[in-house]
Amino acid sequence: MFSLGLTGLLVRRNLIFVLMSLEVMLNAAGLAFVVAGSRWHQADGQVVFLFILAMAASEVAVGLALVLQIYRRFKTLDVDALSAMRG
Amino acid sequence: MISWMWLIPALPFASALLLVLFGTRFSRRAAAAVGVGSIGLSALVTILVAASFLSAPPAGNSYTQVLWTWINVAGFEPQIGLYLDALSLVMVLVVTFVGFLIHIYSAEFMIEDEGYSRFFAYMNLFVASMITLLLANNLLLLLLGWEGVGLCSYLLIGFWYRDPANGRAARKAFIVTRVGDSAMMLALFLLFTSLGTLQIQDLMQRASEQWHLGSTYALAAALLLLGGAVGKSAQLPLQVWLPDAMAGPTPTSALIHAATMVTAGVYLIARTHVLFSLAPAAQLAVAVVGAATLLLAGFSALTQHDIKRVLAYSTVSQIGYMFLALGVGAWQAALFHFVTHAFFKALLFLGAGVIIEALHDEHSIFKMGGLRKEMPVAFWTFVMAGCSLAGLPFITAGFFSKDLIIWETWSAQGGHPAFWVAGMVGALLTSLYTFRLIFRVFFGPLGTPVTKRPGYAMTIPLGILAFLAIVGGYLKEPLLGFLHSALPETIEARVGGLTETGSEAIAGLLFLVGLYFAYLFHLQKRNLADSLVANPVGRALHQWWFADWGFDWIYDKAFVQPFTWVANVNKSDFVDGFYTGVARLTELFYRGLSSTQTGRVRWYAAGMAAGSVLFVAMVLFL
Repeated sequence: MFSLGLTGLLVRRNLIFVLMSLEVMLNAAGLAFVVAGSRWHQADGQVVFLFILAMAASEVAVGLALVLQIYRRFKTLDVDALSAMRG
Repeated sequence: MISWMWLIPALPFASALLLVLFGTRFSRRAAAAVGVGSIGLSALVTILVAASFLSAPPAGNSYTQVLWTWINVAGFEPQIGLYLDALSLVMVLVVTFVGFLIHIYSAEFMIEDEGYSRFFAYMNLFVASMITLLLANNLLLLLLGWEGVGLCSYLLIGFWYRDPANGRAARKAFIVTRVGDSAMMLALFLLFTSLGTLQIQDLMQRASEQWHLGSTYALAAALLLLGGAVGKSAQLPLQVWLPDAMAGPTPTSALIHAATMVTAGVYLIARTHVLFSLAPAAQLAVAVVGAATLLLAGFSALTQHDIKRVLAYSTVSQIGYMFLALGVGAWQAALFHFVTHAFFKALLFLGAGVIIEALHDEHSIFKMGGLRKEMPVAFWTFVMAGCSLAGLPFITAGFFSKDLIIWETWSAQGGHPAFWVAGMVGALLTSLYTFRLIFRVFFGPLGTPVTKRPGYAMTIPLGILAFLAIVGGYLKEPLLGFLHSALPETIEARVGGLTETGSEAIAGLLFLVGLYFAYLFHLQKRNLADSLVANPVGRALHQWWFADWGFDWIYDKAFVQPFTWVANVNKSDFVDGFYTGVARLTELFYRGLSSTQTGRVRWYAAGMAAGSVLFVAMVLFL
């Protein structure tokens, strides 16, 4: 599931899909924590997953706000077109 | 009265400072008043000091005035102290007095030049340095004055700095004398490390106590000092700078490059005569250098076209006489010749300046002629000085001083018949080139017309110096007697074979022979002189002498060209190459890395992912 997310991140050019792939990767990480917690009978895995959820929520809020701003300014969501910071 | 001695160098130095700082705001009249007045006052103080020195001789016939301690480091304690004895008094009198006359002259001579106050600032600084050199009681202060006069010489040769040739001549003078100065500094190091002081009088005393006759230390010190003297006094093999130094204004040539600075070497040797007496080999070297120089420069003077260059070679040759006298142990004779030479050579240069200015910057004697009627004052003073230089018997100063030297080369302890012959040939050459000059410039058909006549400020110093050039000879007995308190008696060793009168008679005869040949070649039958040069041998000799016996050529090949070659090869400094390489490599890395900054976020993300995978793989499998 993590690899799926990573592939999506690298392949898609639309910013929205990139963000969605990021969420997939976060969920993969969370799932890994939960599974690990149940495997060794520890509650820590679930606690960390709650943290990840909170972080994902705030990240999506900021990310979507940036996406809106970028769309207003550049009229596109293509990440490859937004390469003005070339070295 | 004698305690006013410190004013002698202080006055010119103060006025030099004043002119340097505020000279541009002064009017020409004010600049001249300050520049000439300070030297005048200095000369006046010198005369007062001399009067009190003579009327009430201080104990030991010397007077020391310590002004302050210069440095005090670990037993090395040079003072700013002045030392007056017969030797330095005579030199200072001549320097201030002749300097004063030349300053008066230059007040008019330089009036149309820009940098009028600059000129006087340099000249005053020169006089101040020269007096410091002469009055210094330790060798370090002497060296300060020594370098000071060298600096002023450099500044004044390149005074008309808009012409690059003058700058080149100035640099040449400075660099060549620097060779000698290095030798002199080595001498100072040697003397200080082995004798532990630089006070001249202590030094002489310790040297005579600690070093035996002919010791290696004394020989080395004396030879190194001779090196310094040779550089400053333009003797063989460092004489090449003086003829080129004539690029400077004529009063400069008169004051620095004829009357005073170039005799600093003579003074140095006379001042440290104890060392030279301890090292007979070094003293012999002095005599040989003097004899060789006086002959070589005499021959070169015969071939020059430029009136000032003829006089420059003549100066080199006359200082050769002084060195010869020092070398054979005739200390007083050398000083006597210095005094008379200062009078007549300054006069010759000043006369040449008048002529050059009158003829609108014409330097070649072959384009001059017939000036006898046109410029009577210049003519008569020039003839008097010329006769004195060539040694017209019985009435001129130059006759007395030069024939005393020639006689001493025969009779003194260090004398040798070969030196006597050299002196006699030199006398013949002197007479030849002097009258060649006079006949070419003043007789015959009119060459370049006269456009400007000298005013009183120029003719009066000429008159005074002409008077001195004639009657200076009568100073002989009092001057020699006076100098006995500072310099050892000349030891008469060889008697018989020749008497002093006989030697003088031969010298007088050679004067007449020189006069006759000069008359024959340069007035009566001028084409004879040309035919001499026309045959191949004559032409080769003429070329060789004209080029100063090829010394410039040798130095150019041996030193200047290798140096410029090395400089050219190393123009792009090879040490720099390494650092440039480092910079280039860094730049390469920078370009490579900056090309990875594509601005595409997905590339960055891929890079991060690949990096993490690599990292995890390393952790897991290594």
